Amino acid sequence: MAIGKVWVLAEAGEGAPTPVTLELLSEARSLAGTVEAVAWGSDTAANAATLGEYGATTVYDVGELGDALPGVPVAAAMAALIEGGNAPDAILIPATTDGRDVAGRLSAKLDRPVLTNVTGLVAGDGLSSQHPLFGGSHIATARFTGAGPGLFVVRAKSFAAEPSGGAAAAVVAAPAPDAGATSTARIVQRHEEERSGPKLDEAAVVVSGGRGLGEAANYALIEQLAKLLNGAAGASRAIVDAGWVPYSHQVGQTGKTVKPTVYVACGISGATQHLVGMKGSKNIIAINKDRDAPIFSVADLGIVGDVHKVLPALIEALKAKG
Amino acid sequence: MNVVVCVKQIPDPAAPGALNPETNTLNRSGKLIMDDSDNYGVEMALQLAGGEGDEVTLVSMAPGGETSGLRTGLAMGAARAILISDDALAGSDALGTAKVLAAAIKRANPDLVVMATESTDGYTGTLPVQVAELLGLPSVTFAKAIAIDGGNVKVERQTEAGFDEVVCPMPAVVTVTAGVVEPRYPSFKGIMAAKSKPVDNLTVADLGLDASQVGVAGSGQEITDVSESEARGSGEIVEDEGDGAQRVVAFLEQLKVI
Repeated sequence: MAIGKVWVLAEAGEGAPTPVTLELLSEARSLAGTVEAVAWGSDTAANAATLGEYGATTVYDVGELGDALPGVPVAAAMAALIEGGNAPDAILIPATTDGRDVAGRLSAKLDRPVLTNVTGLVAGDGLSSQHPLFGGSHIATARFTGAGPGLFVVRAKSFAAEPSGGAAAAVVAAPAPDAGATSTARIVQRHEEERSGPKLDEAAVVVSGGRGLGEAANYALIEQLAKLLNGAAGASRAIVDAGWVPYSHQVGQTGKTVKPTVYVACGISGATQHLVGMKGSKNIIAINKDRDAPIFSVADLGIVGDVHKVLPALIEALKAKG
Repeated sequence: MNVVVCVKQIPDPAAPGALNPETNTLNRSGKLIMDDSDNYGVEMALQLAGGEGDEVTLVSMAPGGETSGLRTGLAMGAARAILISDDALAGSDALGTAKVLAAAIKRANPDLVVMATESTDGYTGTLPVQVAELLGLPSVTFAKAIAIDGGNVKVERQTEAGFDEVVCPMPAVVTVTAGVVEPRYPSFKGIMAAKSKPVDNLTVADLGLDASQVGVAGSGQEITDVSESEARGSGEIVEDEGDGAQRVVAFLEQLKVI
């Protein structure tokens, strides 16, 4: 093993470690001799079995954070562990909203830079990371210089999650030290969007709409088609920014990474921002009226046509098949 | 109220990206423009700091004394700008850049610092939080709505599942997403006025920073290789002759999805 110890920032949701957490643990196992997790919230003890099953021997539990945003207290707890002489060689952090907050805070505390948008890791002479450039046409390989833990912010779906059959991780309390003025932001109300059907980043079929739909009301076609295919409805950044659909539907660089069996892109031109989030799909179907749209360069089946005609016809055909 | 907006001046993203073959860093020569992501921060700041005595200050780090992107923000209505330009800054990583911006922001003594969630060209997405930590300030990232309520900033923060309402005492750092507000276009009057608005030009030494902390010298990371990735072969592209939907159905059947 080229690497001694790797930490994984373990996020939980709906009472279980998130899929990206399990992906990072699985990858960490292949890179390092020792894998440990850092977690927070009320479910850490209950999740220790799963974290162990995917490779963590220990989980440092920052504890219940109440109404605080996680970034500051979790980074403070990690910095305290590191300053206490328990430094890992690398820390893998999911590229989520909270993950990026933790990464930024920890980076400044440790005076160590962060490598972000990681989609691959290579252990050799130290640890190197791979990053897609220009929407994925190129891959850059990077590494840290100097001493101290390497902070890697990794995109979801970069690695496969595979259990190792390990025993439950030992839970070690790692409460956050007082972070003063930096930790004064408070969550006063949480809103979760209602969802019917599978989760966007776990669905076998994803149907996404873009600016080519013309207007917000036409997004209903995307939802109908997604439902008929037992899939999830996604969106390009353009129509999220325009306020047509909530951010939770966004696929791409700033949104979710998806790797379904089938991805159907409707009225999406295929900006690099979008391609980064869906290029890994097994099969890609694109419907767009512009023959030169970049989305066709990644499509297995491309229909050069009007989404306003093709989509209703497709929905009718699927309904007819029952 | 004093609001600082960090503005990045970048090569036109519509032009194909290129790397400097010697350093493998993004090629930032040529004309720079204000990152489109920053339009939203500038607009949000102008709306929040629209009262008597309120002021919006732009802070930017760019090579060669570049101000063309800053002039866009000044034309939208910002009062003044701080530009940090120094040969020693070439090759700075996000943390090095955060140190420079934090030192410059401190001078403006803001009540609120607004930044884009991530830049269009580098998209590391960690810099605003690094700046907040260096300044000892709280931060709220991924804002899709912002309001001021007395000494607090109220933010709707996007989350993986929906959004959280967050209240945070000022001074604070807030990062905005593109949908937060509809940016204005600079008026002709604004463009003319921008030409005479003050831009403070600062160097690394002016900020009291050591050149070894920034630029290539201070960077704790290096790019060791850039190579073309395996191209995803494009498949069958056909014109819709009224049979487009049927072709999709046939493909889905072939994949056994239906």
